[in-house]
Amino acid sequence: MATRAPDRSTAVSRHRSERLSRQLAHRLDVKASPYAYVAPFLLLFCAFGLFPLVYTAWVSLHEWTLLSDVHKFVGLDNFTFLLGDSYFWNATFNTLSIGLVSTVPQLLLAIWLAHLLNRPLRAQTLFRVTLLLPNVTSVVAVVVIFSQLFGRDYGLINWVLSWFGVGAIDWNAGTATSHVAISTMIMWRWTGYNALLFLAAMQAVPRELYEAATIDGASGFKQLRKITIPMIKPTIVFVVITSTIGAMQVVAEPLLFGTYSPTGGPDRQYQTLALFIYENFTKLDFGYASAISWMMFVFIVIIAGVNYLLTRRSGGNIT
Amino acid sequence: MGKLRPGRIAPMLAAVLLATSVAACGGGSNEPAASGAPAEKIKLTVALFSDFHFAPIYEEFKKAHPNVEIVERRAQFNDHHKNLTTQLATGAGAADVVAVEAGYIATFTPLADKFYDLNQYGLNKRQADYLDWKWKQGLSPDGSKLLGLGTDIGGLAMCYRTDLFKKAGLPTDRDEVSKLWPTWEDYSKVGADFVGKVKDAKWFDGPGENFRAMVDQAPVGYYDTQNNLVAGTNPDVRKAWDLSVQMLQAGESAKLLAFSPPWNTGLTKGSFATIICPSWKTGSIKDAAPTTSGKWDVAAVPGGGGGNQGGTHLMAPKQGKHPKEAAELIDLLTSKDNQLKLFTDAGALPSIPALYDDPTITGFTNPFFNNAPTGKIFTDAAKALKPQYVGPKAGDVLTAFGNALQRVEQGKQQPEAAWQQALQDLERIK
Repeated sequence: MATRAPDRSTAVSRHRSERLSRQLAHRLDVKASPYAYVAPFLLLFCAFGLFPLVYTAWVSLHEWTLLSDVHKFVGLDNFTFLLGDSYFWNATFNTLSIGLVSTVPQLLLAIWLAHLLNRPLRAQTLFRVTLLLPNVTSVVAVVVIFSQLFGRDYGLINWVLSWFGVGAIDWNAGTATSHVAISTMIMWRWTGYNALLFLAAMQAVPRELYEAATIDGASGFKQLRKITIPMIKPTIVFVVITSTIGAMQVVAEPLLFGTYSPTGGPDRQYQTLALFIYENFTKLDFGYASAISWMMFVFIVIIAGVNYLLTRRSGGNIT
Repeated sequence: MGKLRPGRIAPMLAAVLLATSVAACGGGSNEPAASGAPAEKIKLTVALFSDFHFAPIYEEFKKAHPNVEIVERRAQFNDHHKNLTTQLATGAGAADVVAVEAGYIATFTPLADKFYDLNQYGLNKRQADYLDWKWKQGLSPDGSKLLGLGTDIGGLAMCYRTDLFKKAGLPTDRDEVSKLWPTWEDYSKVGADFVGKVKDAKWFDGPGENFRAMVDQAPVGYYDTQNNLVAGTNPDVRKAWDLSVQMLQAGESAKLLAFSPPWNTGLTKGSFATIICPSWKTGSIKDAAPTTSGKWDVAAVPGGGGGNQGGTHLMAPKQGKHPKEAAELIDLLTSKDNQLKLFTDAGALPSIPALYDDPTITGFTNPFFNNAPTGKIFTDAAKALKPQYVGPKAGDVLTAFGNALQRVEQGKQQPEAAWQQALQDLERIK
């Protein structure tokens, strides 16, 4: 017994310490594991989201060219120059203009296409895949082909227009015409994609509503207006938001339409904000390019904020 | 081989991404340097911006250096030079031997500490071979270090369509055509007559190219030799501008941007009768409009010969671990025999004047251009060439003027306003 007593006490203390460590492990598990679970996202977000954002802000406060090892701190000079830079405001105008001209008809067209497909059809899958095809085509191929179509001398579009007595239009040269041409390329790529999103939403609309409307004698167009569109409003809001953000970032189309000219035409008539950033990056003027990037970020935050407010206000009606 | 295409700046973002991936590829060459052991395997990378037709020369090099493996990488013209910039700035990924085109050479030679001094590997022995100005372009700004050796140069000529000339009642024989335009003013005058007679074709492709050629022929271009931007005050630049505007206003331009898809179509369809031709452009025309074979011919350039567009140097970045082998490879790639071979293979005009009297070159005719003796035409141009100092941002300067001329051509601005805006654009070039 005497010999066992200390044994027991060690056993007890061992038992207690085991329990303690298990408790600790449990507490650690409860407290720390969730962090470990979300760590992959956080790490990736920090590496590819947060760090570039902060570092770009840091670079934007400097006179920073790639080949020089000295980066002079200039405070907000890049931003003050930017706000007085007519090329920057020109690019902002172009971005908004191209965004508007491409997004509005695109969404209307997408709803119409989805409406057409939202009925019993032969070879339904074929039609749906066809809708997505332009989206998986390389943007370079799309722009090269469309640049040919919009050619001044031998373009197909001018040829067709000439039947109606319209003289040769230099699509690339004009501000409005170039915006139309670029918007057409964007619409070509994204209309089908958005139509599929709308179609998915439309299929969730109860059939009974349409049946009842048909019995009441509502036309197809009236059904679209009075039933479909109100029912898929959340999807419309979502598509509007993603399309606006996409429109802010247009760069490949104007760059290639201008045959790799980073100024977006000789008069910068179709230089978008993203292309303006790119122009300054190719000049290796990283400080200024970073300042523009930050201004663009601010614009996107504002637009996203407006979208958010609109969504919240209409939230009551939708759900 | 030596194409400076301002305005065709390719995706920088892609370039930066590429730089990182290329850095990974370049790692293979960073093996420890061969120290006495001749059998040690060495990998040399060569970075180019098009097919220089170097492959047979690599084989020749390998015969003398069985332990060396050569890997060639190619990138699009602007990507290539932007890649090199990022590689030098980040200190990783540059090839052992890199090609640098004339429009960029003055961007890189001031970074003398980032390249090996080829003098230390005995390449100063080659100085006697070279055109003096081409040799000097490869030196560091103080002239003490040899950073690059020249491959080719871009002497100027004027290519023209014989069928369109016939239509306008102009002579088609290349010697008589050359006599039509001793000066650019004459060229402009003949052009005005031409567009008066031929309704479905213009005189030249676009506004930027002739402007560029005129400036290239002047003793001083956009920069002085101290790298000061003098484009706004140089009377020769202004003269080239005024003459270009005059030609635009006379309706001589087909309004096609060089190397754009409509330009390719215009070449094929015969939208214009003449086009300025550095030696390498004979290859571009053949590639862009193969069906026009035999309709072209080559005459002397207006303005009395002279002028250089393009041409390349080979340099060895200090990131490479095998400077001795890299220097030997550069020596071989630019050797007299190989420059001769590259002229017949790739149309690359040698930078070694002794070759200009070599019968292989002087007797060379180009069947695509109606059997024009392009060998003789371009070597004559090279002999008459007045070298001009190319400044560090010549490409950006040219873009500013090219855009300004296009604005005039498209009727968006009066010439004087366009000139003023071009000067403002120049102030933004850092």
